[in-house]
Amino acid sequence: MFEIRNIKFKNILDIKFLNIDKPITCVVGPSGSGKTTLLRMLNRLNVPDEGLILYNNKDISKIDTMLLRRNVVMLGQTPVIYSSNIEDNLQIGLEFSKKLPASKSRMKEILERVELNKKLTDGCGNLSGGEKQRLCLARVMLMDADTYLLDEPSAALDKDTEQFIIDNFSKFVLENNKELIMITHSEQIAQKYNNSIVRIENGEVVKSYYE
Amino acid sequence: MNNAVMNLSVFQLSIAYVFVLIMLIIFKSRGIKREKQILIASTRMTIQLTIMGYVLMFVFNNPSWWLTSFMIIIMISFAIYNSIKRVKIQMSKELKRIIAFSMTFGALLTAAFFIIVVLSVRPWFNPQYFIPISGMIVGNSMTGIALGANKLCSDFEDKRIEIENSLMLGASPLEATRKIVNNAFDSAILPTMNNMLTMGIVSLPGMMTGQILSGTFPITAIKYQIGIMLAILGSTAVSTVLFVTLGYRTFFTKDSRLK
Repeated sequence: MFEIRNIKFKNILDIKFLNIDKPITCVVGPSGSGKTTLLRMLNRLNVPDEGLILYNNKDISKIDTMLLRRNVVMLGQTPVIYSSNIEDNLQIGLEFSKKLPASKSRMKEILERVELNKKLTDGCGNLSGGEKQRLCLARVMLMDADTYLLDEPSAALDKDTEQFIIDNFSKFVLENNKELIMITHSEQIAQKYNNSIVRIENGEVVKSYYE
Repeated sequence: MNNAVMNLSVFQLSIAYVFVLIMLIIFKSRGIKREKQILIASTRMTIQLTIMGYVLMFVFNNPSWWLTSFMIIIMISFAIYNSIKRVKIQMSKELKRIIAFSMTFGALLTAAFFIIVVLSVRPWFNPQYFIPISGMIVGNSMTGIALGANKLCSDFEDKRIEIENSLMLGASPLEATRKIVNNAFDSAILPTMNNMLTMGIVSLPGMMTGQILSGTFPITAIKYQIGIMLAILGSTAVSTVLFVTLGYRTFFTKDSRLK
């Protein structure tokens, strides 16, 4: 899926080689170690100063950025809710990625999946932080991308919600033959999904191993 | 109808400075430290307008295409400088260039159309028409662009996370910023629209009042006023739409990343 060769980014990242090819990969490491920067590079929100990133053997700098992001969808740390109701918030991802809108039944199914007990016509003004994060999760699930990038969702959430998001997403990814790369600071979570763990410290990959 | 304009003697005019005096007294007694600024503002206004009066007299007495064009260039340059200065957020060089382009293009195009086609002024450079009308059009475009630029820049700062989130979902920069761009356009054009709503009821606009004072029939003055309002709406719309549609791109790199 992703292969990283000799990338450097300011004083933040310096990775000689990294191969990410398992369905679920956890990126762990202390805060400020460059995890988010790495994830953002895979989504081309940041560009390395030097080096090469390959996605399915193609140099991502040669792929149209929008097309790349439609295949490699990223879910950020802060849940972003667009004004209007639940339905519009679900459809907007499909709209952005130029896919056909989802049917009502499909949207209800996905809301059930993330255990968000809301009507499609409900407004989003009163959603709690956890509910917002689940709505964002449902949004990207609907997009049916090949690869997902999940930045540590814990920033605004309690431990249980974080666990729920990760469990729920991982199950979805495994069931649908997708790939997921997620950042977590929780060693426990990483152990649970220890398909593949990448440990980053001071911008360098200190360990990358499969169990 | 009295067609002769009452001339205002310098002595009569100087009586009006009593308002400045009143303001100074109020500020002094309330302990508001603004005396210096009031004096500077009143003095500058007086000097600038006096100079402008003589300049206009000269230009009117020596009508020529190059003199009119020169005046317009100065006006537009000052408007560009001023609208850039009014944006509180640091702007990129590229964005400033876009302000200059949109202002010049939007205001000039509408002013020329209004003066040459609608008013059919002949010769086109007749300074009595071209200068004051362009001035009004340029001034309003300036306000519009400054408001639009302020809104655009502050939204790009405040909504960075939302814009980036849309990019993460595969949106193009255009889609990711559609709302922001529309809001900037809206806030640029809103004052002109509100002004139009109350015009004639709450306010009698300056140009019309001036024409009436100088002896023009109110109906003629009103026709001019309606025309100029439409031209102002047009120029504000053209220059700000140019500004926002070209301007939003300067916040992104070629490969659709936020700068």
